[in-house]
Amino acid sequence: MAAQNLQSVPAELFPDEEGQANFDRVIAQDSRIEPKDWMPAAYRKTLLRQISQHAHSEIIGMQPEANWISRAPSLKRKAILMAKVQDEAGHGLYLYSAAETLGQTRDKMMEDLIAGKARYSSIFNYPALTWADMGAIGWLVDGAAICNQVPLCRASYGPYGRAMVRICKEESFHQRQGFEILLELSNGTPAQKQMAQDAVNRWYAPALMMFGPPDDDSPNSKQSMAWNIKRFSNDELRSRFVGMMVEQVRVLGLTLPDDQVRYNEDTRKWEHGPLDWHEFQEVLAGRGPCNAQRLERRREAHDDGAWVREAAAAYADKQRAKQSMKTKEYAA
Amino acid sequence: MSAPETSTEAAGHGDISTGVAAPTGSGDSNASATRITPGNALRPEDIALEVRTGLAKPTEDVAEYALRLGDDALILAQRLGHWISRAPELEEDVALGNIALDQLGHARSFLSYAGGAMSNEDGTAKSEDDLAYFRREHEFRSVQLFEQPNGDFAVTIARQFIVSYYQFELYRRLTESTDETLAAIAAKAVKEVDYHRDHSAQWILRLAGGTDESRTRMIHGLRLMWPYVNELFQDDDLTQRLAEAGAAVAPSSLREDFDRLTGEILTEAGLEVPDVPPAPGGGRRGRHSEHLGYLLAEMQVLAREHPGASW
Repeated sequence: MAAQNLQSVPAELFPDEEGQANFDRVIAQDSRIEPKDWMPAAYRKTLLRQISQHAHSEIIGMQPEANWISRAPSLKRKAILMAKVQDEAGHGLYLYSAAETLGQTRDKMMEDLIAGKARYSSIFNYPALTWADMGAIGWLVDGAAICNQVPLCRASYGPYGRAMVRICKEESFHQRQGFEILLELSNGTPAQKQMAQDAVNRWYAPALMMFGPPDDDSPNSKQSMAWNIKRFSNDELRSRFVGMMVEQVRVLGLTLPDDQVRYNEDTRKWEHGPLDWHEFQEVLAGRGPCNAQRLERRREAHDDGAWVREAAAAYADKQRAKQSMKTKEYAA
Repeated sequence: MSAPETSTEAAGHGDISTGVAAPTGSGDSNASATRITPGNALRPEDIALEVRTGLAKPTEDVAEYALRLGDDALILAQRLGHWISRAPELEEDVALGNIALDQLGHARSFLSYAGGAMSNEDGTAKSEDDLAYFRREHEFRSVQLFEQPNGDFAVTIARQFIVSYYQFELYRRLTESTDETLAAIAAKAVKEVDYHRDHSAQWILRLAGGTDESRTRMIHGLRLMWPYVNELFQDDDLTQRLAEAGAAVAPSSLREDFDRLTGEILTEAGLEVPDVPPAPGGGRRGRHSEHLGYLLAEMQVLAREHPGASW
């Protein structure tokens, strides 16, 4: 694609000392690093990993919801769901673009994803089994994503922070639609209410684990916080999220599948029951319920579309060649 | 007939067809990206409200006609929705999703309106969902083109190319319908369908002029879909009555422009109009291909598991 134009100025054009000093100053001032600024290789690598993983999560995350577009139980819900999954494709596009400013092409990132070399949020390796999962994913999964992502709007890397502003606006809309689905089900027939509770029960713990491992087991967090990429620790964000859910689940007339949720007056933090970190590691390592299915679906779409992308590229080349022939004729 | 226009509502909403900000204001952070200027277009909910309150009441003929157009759009939306998360490129996930959403919006408007002349057992007007989820295969009035399977990307583009050139000519004329609601739905739809035409025409050119493989597939896609072109332009008693009354358009009257405009694109792409025998059709009378049953089974399954439930 056009990534070669977007590549940052190679670090060696700048004397490292001057570049480093500028970088340190920008970070100390809590200001923004832009694509052409010198940045430490580790900062670039961390960001590239995080932004591409985030992009992959949006793209893989389309699948569990796309699974219900054809069966949405009303036309209005169908329209909302289509628009939501479409937004996710849009988020993927912004994020891949932000990652491209760090010198990686979208094609390469997509290859890595399909080859199983890149990670994405492990939450999307759980199956969306009923319509109520559309509610629970919106409310819990998008809700957790918002808690994670709102602070990222202030991330020190400009293109990432700016992409997050728009994404967060849409995510908050997504969360409200998920809440609304659950509210409608909860106030519906007994079967509908049961469906809603079952979905909340299944998505609650995986949603809490979206914030990542506990702080004492999260090796990269400290450096990311020092670089103003990450602003709050995993446990801090998880606790805030639990606090929000406790309030909202009452309005829904449902319960959280966790009898150990409480507000700790001493630490002034919300606490929750134990999470199955072994399961988290298993899913992350590729042994979750849908890992193989999700990757295969992405691979299939990519492979089936190869001839289309080749055709578009060939056509564009031919058009360019025609154009330059014309220009030459004029010149002659 | 549409939502009342107020100065606050109008502020900040652009005209979605041009992407230009409304002249009355800008920078409204609450402005919706998906709702177009109130007063310029009406939403399915507005039509449903008018039907419920008796402000809009189609004649039986108009209702039957609206049902046909609504079914066309609904079935196509259902087909196109399948591409979301499966398209050849992310940009196409977005584009095909957008076209599906537009079609679904048109379907909801037409069906909401059609329901105004059809009642449930309890005497209430049929809603868009009553019509979409609780009719059987032979009660659908869509023509057979719309239910044809997606196939590969070229097949989908071939179907979309035919549909969008047909719908554009249809809606363009329907904006002058003596039935105000049909005219209003068409006025919104024609702007959107204009983009669908552009999207499909661009892809016809790319695929026909891209690689040998893409050209072969494009030719194949057009050959697969072209038998269903004829049915789009068949008149019957209903369209004849409505056309005479000025409420609708005789399908046959669209054919010349359709042939000319699609012909221009095909010529530019170095393709020929496929020389294939036409299928007899029959969708307007409830005679469908084998494909529709599966599509409906999937679309309706959840709603039918919970009759009477609200979502």
